[in-house]
Order: sequence, then structure tokens, then C-alpha cells
Amino acid sequence: MNATTHYPAATAAQQSETHTLSVLVDNEPGVLARVIGLFSGRGYNIDSLTVSETEHERHLSRITIVTRGTPMVIEQIKNQLDRLVPVHRVIDMTVAGPHIERELAMVKVRGKGEHRMEALRLADAFRARVIDASTESFVFEITGASDKIESFVALMLPLGLVEVSRTGVVAIGRGPEGM
Amino acid sequence: MSIMSTEMSGAEMVIAALADQGVEHLFGYPGGAVLPIYDALFQQDKLRHILVRHEQGAVHAAEGYARSTGKVGCVLVTSGPGATNAVTGLTDALMDSIPLVCLTGQVPTHLIGNDAFQECDTVGITRPCTKYNYLVKSIADLPHALHEAFHIAKSGRPGPVVVDIPKDIQFAKGLYSRPKDFQHKGYRPKVKAEMDCVKAAIELMQQAKRPLFYTGGGVINSGPEASQLLRELVKVTGFPITSTLMGLGAYAASDPQWLGMLGMHGTLEANLAMHDCDLMICIGARFDDRITGRLDAFSPGSKKIHVDIDPSSINKNVRVDLPIIGDCGHVLEDMVRLWRSTARQSDKQALAGWWKQIDKWRARRSLSFRNSNEIIKPQYAIQRLYELTRNRDTYITTEVGQHQMWAAQFYRFEEPNRWMTSGGLGTMGYGLPAAVGVQLAHPNSLVIDIAGEASVLMTMQEMSTAAQYRLPIKIFILNNKYMGMVRQWQELLHGGRYAESYMDALPDFVKLAEAYHAVGIRCERPGDLDAAIREMIDVNKAVIFDCVVDPAENCFPMIPSGRAHNEMLLGDSALSVEEAITEEGKVMV
Repeated sequence: MNATTHYPAATAAQQSETHTLSVLVDNEPGVLARVIGLFSGRGYNIDSLTVSETEHERHLSRITIVTRGTPMVIEQIKNQLDRLVPVHRVIDMTVAGPHIERELAMVKVRGKGEHRMEALRLADAFRARVIDASTESFVFEITGASDKIESFVALMLPLGLVEVSRTGVVAIGRGPEGM
Repeated sequence: MSIMSTEMSGAEMVIAALADQGVEHLFGYPGGAVLPIYDALFQQDKLRHILVRHEQGAVHAAEGYARSTGKVGCVLVTSGPGATNAVTGLTDALMDSIPLVCLTGQVPTHLIGNDAFQECDTVGITRPCTKYNYLVKSIADLPHALHEAFHIAKSGRPGPVVVDIPKDIQFAKGLYSRPKDFQHKGYRPKVKAEMDCVKAAIELMQQAKRPLFYTGGGVINSGPEASQLLRELVKVTGFPITSTLMGLGAYAASDPQWLGMLGMHGTLEANLAMHDCDLMICIGARFDDRITGRLDAFSPGSKKIHVDIDPSSINKNVRVDLPIIGDCGHVLEDMVRLWRSTARQSDKQALAGWWKQIDKWRARRSLSFRNSNEIIKPQYAIQRLYELTRNRDTYITTEVGQHQMWAAQFYRFEEPNRWMTSGGLGTMGYGLPAAVGVQLAHPNSLVIDIAGEASVLMTMQEMSTAAQYRLPIKIFILNNKYMGMVRQWQELLHGGRYAESYMDALPDFVKLAEAYHAVGIRCERPGDLDAAIREMIDVNKAVIFDCVVDPAENCFPMIPSGRAHNEMLLGDSALSVEEAITEEGKVMV
């Protein structure tokens, strides 16, 4: 015997996929720690995570998680989330049907002269709003799919980008039905 | 919801809730942050508190109690070290799906987060090792949390639940009422399976040429009726059955359809049947890595049905063709009914051929070993222990290691809930405290911890608990002076370099027994074994039995690392394929 472990070898890796999950949970102390602990404890990835209470009377929060993994891992993530006691529902938006994903970012740019004008023109083209201004800076608010925000931030970089604050992805299904 | 509310302190609520939940025994250890509860315990006579010697022992005792009765085990420990000492037991219970409620004291709410004396983040530490946990910060939440804890612990896939109760909440007064009909707002485990899935399973079973039942601890957890239904289903189908370590006893080991345990130290016939079957019917097992071996060579030609109450067990390690989400007992009931009501039966001719093949594997006697007149072979010791206790009302617990595997191979279980072992976590030191819990639940039964000398020293202090409550537990130590399984792996995988696996200064177990007010028996020769075991059984006191066995014996058969089921290593006394046909009975089985 050459192998020096008594554990089976890892199986050949499959192609990784990115999925967006919507998770409806009781808004109770520690619920986010349970979700995050599950991901770190079992070695799953979190690309983005957003959470806020969405139904105040029932104390329900909606968590949107963007995660990556093989189809088998994605299935595990959904099942593992679903069996957490405070979790009500897990919906895989990526396979559940057409849906919309949005992210909001605030982008601070510092500059004078032509750079400042160019930043404003680009912001206009991206439908970003100016929400704070000083004589040498702007803060833009931009909403859209993640790749749109990525493009905008990339364009701002040579124009004096100072910092970015992003919400992470939120998602909702198209059409009249709720989660 | 409530019938009548009574005003009482938080500590009194704890007692009331446990009594309302039918708890009779509570395993615990006092400390500053739980003193109000201990004070309330002192003033009542509904609950019996069992004082352990270490909090890990309390949790294992509660596990043994739960596993042998089907009830929820109950633990009470203090804050800080009390809670952290319980973590091993909680993790063990989580891995083996044992229903427990563990109450932990906590520093007063105004000191939480202050690094107060004996403070630790109990809910943070126990979050990954419990099914669910609570920090109760208001007296108004306490009754609900206590009752919900029991509901969560025992429903669905069972597991441990922690309720962390700050000291000021134990003193605070509030209204207590017993909830009538308990429904959780979101947590509703599915127990009844989709009928279409069960129908599809029955169809697959009726077409199968080489079928096999592979069952696990889920059948035990589902209750004795599930084991009964399993026996019925196996009988009406005529299929062979094997089981995991955790599932032993669900099916009678004396039955000819029983192939023995499967997996890393399972029998040749069980593992080869797993490898060659065309239909695997997994009921309440989870395709653990000790079972599957190399995944890409795991039962390559079979369709797989998987019955489990926990959807996250499905397709976790092995992709199955037909998942059935539901409680084993319910699904088995549906299966038996459907099987009986359909006109078609199993493929008798194919089944006869399959059994013929299985009998050929069986004839190789994969569990055989070379016995000796000079030195006690550990397998022989278990065989004799089995023969001398089989007609008694016996419960077996184990520690972890070679002795555990030999116990699983050579002690033959006929009934569920008779076998208490640490399967998933593999916790050395489990068996002695578990035996304490089992003996309390079954005061007139024979409770034996089949132990290794290394494991048992990890929780040896619980002998003092056994003495205090006059529990006549029998600690049957297979003493080979090594951490036997570690030594075996070092022999096979690390060039025989026995790093730190030899115990140089073991205690004199006979004197140790006497120090714990128990009886010590040492046996060193095979000829003396039967008389010594009889003496152990007959003594109405706790016994430490130091059975001195062959230190070099290895546990076979064995699936080596990274190999498949059909690449098993057999001991040198198992018969070759040719011998199995011609020279039966050459070696002692």
C-alpha cells in the first residue's frame, strides 16, 4: 500500500457553476452566523451575501447568496441550508426561472478639470446619480447587474477612483408569483 | 395554546418543563452559573440527577440512555468549562443523530460579552456541533425554548440541542405553561414519503436480479417498529441485507439473509455484494467514507435507492437514482404494504443465482482467525463473551478502535437499541459513560462496555459515578497495551514505526477497579476465559475485566486506503477461493 491515508481520494473535479440563492429565514439572533458558519464549515464559497428583514410582522429576513460550486456541491448547499432550523425556504434563482439581479454601489471619485468632466459624462451614460459632491470629488450612486458596476468602476479607476462600497447582489423572480 | 399558566422562577421552569417532557434522569455537574437550577432540583422529586465526574461523561451517558431507550437524553452543565467539556459529546451526538437536550448555565445577561468568570460564547462554540441552540435572554422566552428544544431534538433527523440559560434568567420570575400542541413555525421535517417514489422503488425491487439492502442507524432511530418492518420486508422479498456499524441490531444477525456488517472492516460477502449488486436499497444510512471506500469504484453497476429523512444526505457522496425523503419506519411500512398488494414478486430464479454467488463468498470465512491455546485472541474473547451472554438481557457499548470493530464483527445483535457505539465521530472514551447511562435506563439488564485499555482511560473517572449509583456495569477491556488501530495503521501504512502508540505505564486495572469500589478480574490464558467471564456476569457490582490479549493481532478483513470493495485484505486464515470449495473447516472461524 502506497497511500498513507485512510480517507478515500478526492473525486475528479467537475465544472464549477455560479448560482444565486434566495433564502427566507427567521430574523433571530445568530441566524446569519448559522448560514455563514455552514459555508465556512463545509468549505463552500460565498461570492456575495446580502441580508435584511423583509417582513417585519413575521420577523422574516431574506438572504441572497451568490455561490460557486459543482452541481453536486450546489445541491448540497441548498439541502444543507434548507435543514437549518430557522430557514423557511431556499430558492435557487438561477434555475427557478427568469429573474432579475441588481446591485447598488457608491463610487467615490476625486479629480479636477477634464477628469472631473469625463467622470460626470460617464456617470450620465451609466445612469449613475451624483449623491455627494465637493469641489474636488463626487460620490456616484449606481444600480445594476454586477457586471455593469464592474465596468463603471473600471472606467472610474484612471479618473481618480478613491473607494467603492457595494451592497452585493439582490435578486427577485420575474412575473406575478412570490417566493 | 396554554392550559394554565403558573408563576415561577426560571430554574423552576426548567424542572417543570423537563418533567412535562417525561424526563426521569438528568446527567450533570453543578457550577456557579447553574446553582439556581441545582437549588430547584434539590427541592423536587420528579427528576433524578446523576452526578458525573466530567461533563463529557454526562453527554455520553445521556447518549447511551437515549440510544438504548429511544427517549431524549438530558444534560445539565455549568457555563464556561462545563459547556466546553460537553462539546465532544455534543459533536458525537450530532454525527450519530442522537436526540439530546443539553442545558448550559451562562453568566448573567448584563455580563455576557464581558469575559466574565467562567464565561464562554456557548452558542457560538456549539453552533456547528448541535442541531440547534438557544441563548435565552428573557424569562418570557424560556418555556417555549425548553419545549421547542425537545421537539427539535427528537423530530426529523434527531440531534443534540443546547439551551444556554443566563443565571439572572434562572432567578427571574415568569409565567410557565405547558404547550398543548407543538408546531414550529418553519421547521417541519417530512416524515411521509411521496407514494410515487415508493411505487417506483417497489418496481425496481421486483425487477432486480442482484438486489441488496444496505441499512443504517436511521432504522434504529425510527423506533423498534421500523426494525420490525425491515425484517418483514427482507423476508417477503428474500433479498440479502447488510448494515453499517450504527445499524447493527435492526436486523437479526442469526438470520441466514444477514451478510454481516459492511465497510472498511465489514465481511467479504457484504462488501462484494455491495460491489456487484444491480440494485442497492439504502435505508437510513448515509454513504459514509468508511462504507464506500473509493468513490469512483463504489458499486459501479447498481441502481441506487436511498431512503433518508434528511434531504442533505441524498447525493452528498454518491449519486443515487431514486431518492425517497421520509422517515424509515413510514417508508418501510409503505414498501411492505405495496409489495404485498402487487401481483408480481421478485425474480426468484435470478435471486437463487445471486444467493449462490453470495454463499461462495461466505464460504471463504472472511472473519476467521488463527486461535491460540497460549494467548487470548481478541476475536476469541468477544466470541466467548457473546456465547456466555447471548441468552441474557444484554446491552453492549464500546469505545473506539480495534476492539470496537471486533465487537461489531463477533458480537451478534438480534434486537435494535442493544448496541451503543460512537460511529461518526469515533470518540475514544465513549463506552464507559455510555454504559452508565444505559444501566440507569435498564437497571436489571447486563450492560457491558467492550473497551480498549487506551480508550477507557480517557473517561475512566466515570467509574466513580458507577460506584455512587451502584451501577453494576461491566468494563470488558481487550488489553493489548497498544492503541491497537493506530498500531495497525502504522504497521500497514507507516513501515511499522509505532510512534507513540504503545502504552508504557498502564495502570493495574484490578487495583484500579478496587480503588473505584468495583471488582477487578484479570484473565491472561484462553483456558481461564469462560470461568472469568462467568464470574464477571455473576458479580452484582461494577467490574473492570482486564482481558490480556495478543498485542500483535490485526483487525481483518479490511478495505485498504483508496481501494474499492472488491479489493479487500483478508487475514491469513481466511480461505482462498479454491480452499473455500474444497477444504472447509480447516481453521477456526
